[in-house]
Amino acid sequence: MKKSLQARNNDLANTKRQIEILSNGIFKDELPKFANKIKETNQFPLRPNKLEILQLNLGYMCNQVCAHCHVDAGPDRKEIMTLETMNQCLEVIKKTGAHTLDLTGGAPEMNPNFRWFVEEASKVGVKDFIVRSNLTIIRANKKYYDLPEFFKKHNVHIVSSMPHWTRGKTDKQRGDGVFDKSIKALQMLNDVGYGMKDSSLTLDLVYNPSGAFLPGDQQALENDFKKALKEEFNIDFNNLFAITNLPISRFLDYLIASDNYEDYMFALVEAYNPLAVKNVMCTNTISVSWDGFLYDCDFNQMLNLKVNSTIKHISEYNEELLQNRDIRINQHCYGCTAGAGSSCQGVVA
Amino acid sequence: MSKSYYDPADLRKFGKITEWSEELGNKFFDYYGKVFEEGALTAREKSLIALAVAHTEHCPYCIDAYTKDGLQRGITKEEMMEAVHVGAAIKSGATLVMGVQMMNKVNKLEM
Repeated sequence: MKKSLQARNNDLANTKRQIEILSNGIFKDELPKFANKIKETNQFPLRPNKLEILQLNLGYMCNQVCAHCHVDAGPDRKEIMTLETMNQCLEVIKKTGAHTLDLTGGAPEMNPNFRWFVEEASKVGVKDFIVRSNLTIIRANKKYYDLPEFFKKHNVHIVSSMPHWTRGKTDKQRGDGVFDKSIKALQMLNDVGYGMKDSSLTLDLVYNPSGAFLPGDQQALENDFKKALKEEFNIDFNNLFAITNLPISRFLDYLIASDNYEDYMFALVEAYNPLAVKNVMCTNTISVSWDGFLYDCDFNQMLNLKVNSTIKHISEYNEELLQNRDIRINQHCYGCTAGAGSSCQGVVA
Repeated sequence: MSKSYYDPADLRKFGKITEWSEELGNKFFDYYGKVFEEGALTAREKSLIALAVAHTEHCPYCIDAYTKDGLQRGITKEEMMEAVHVGAAIKSGATLVMGVQMMNKVNKLEM
């Protein structure tokens, strides 16, 4: 299995180095600044709308090492949210105005207190309780085999990654054997009612392109995925979210190593859609890292760009003060404004 | 000035052709955009046709563009290669069917 950038002591494990590359470019033609782009439509500085989603990263540990992972997650990452931070998060969940709680990782299920936290958080009664599951964790070890039943018991909304309906493309991005395990896990989720017609248990899939290209039309992709997964594996699911790969972390490493970085950045700029700006996820989300710090989005978290506010940590959370901030932007933000836009909930425009 | 005839970076400058002939350029791009919309054929089918034609026309820009377009649409490499074979089959068929003319000429000239 491959290792994380951090374990390989890769230059790009350093977030400052990533920002330097993104800010200054490493190619001859000058890329327009994202800040100037949004100034054209008077959307600078970017400001939050109503808070809707509280996204918690329970840790960077994962059983997979996906080639495009913006978290640089993997088995060698030891950053895990502690019980103390989880308790601080629970206090915030009780008083937040956000209607959606979104747990992510790494593989959030690998946090030793994951089940306790889900039980406690589900008691609070958030409207939409999401767990981003990589699917293979359900088949990784016997202790996880009952996860579909556990998710069902707490009426958790499952969102899982699936880059393609073919084995080759999926395994190339996510690792050997991932496709077969993911198919088995999806069937197990269907068996308990997830993604089935007339069921209240929601199973959504996330599509990330498996290479240096942008996602196509979300609805067309969803139709193709539904047809292929049903015909070949009798799998049902609810929605497909098409998410653009942002040029950070391991995907940035891949872009540079494969000599696709320049073309990819220009493709993002060419596809820039000013209508997507007002709904990008940083305008309705607060992202909390494993160690309790606050970010405008998951991507800013991975670049260590903490919120531009006096409130920087979950222990001092104050929603009113937090909402009064300018969102931190850089060139990676083009990834969320390309085409129909991109967010953890798919297209935005 | 580039020292080769084809520079991949020129593809993203394609839109600039309107600068020297705005009306005709705009008419072309309007037409082009309309052609590739969903119609009696799906946009996916049109993308595969474009890929096949890109090969038969030996257009490196078009091959780059429609390979990427196919990937974005989730088209598999097997589907793309079959489309290229369709183009190749028509190209070779178009050559070989000329063989009938050659045969006709031989039959006419030989005793």
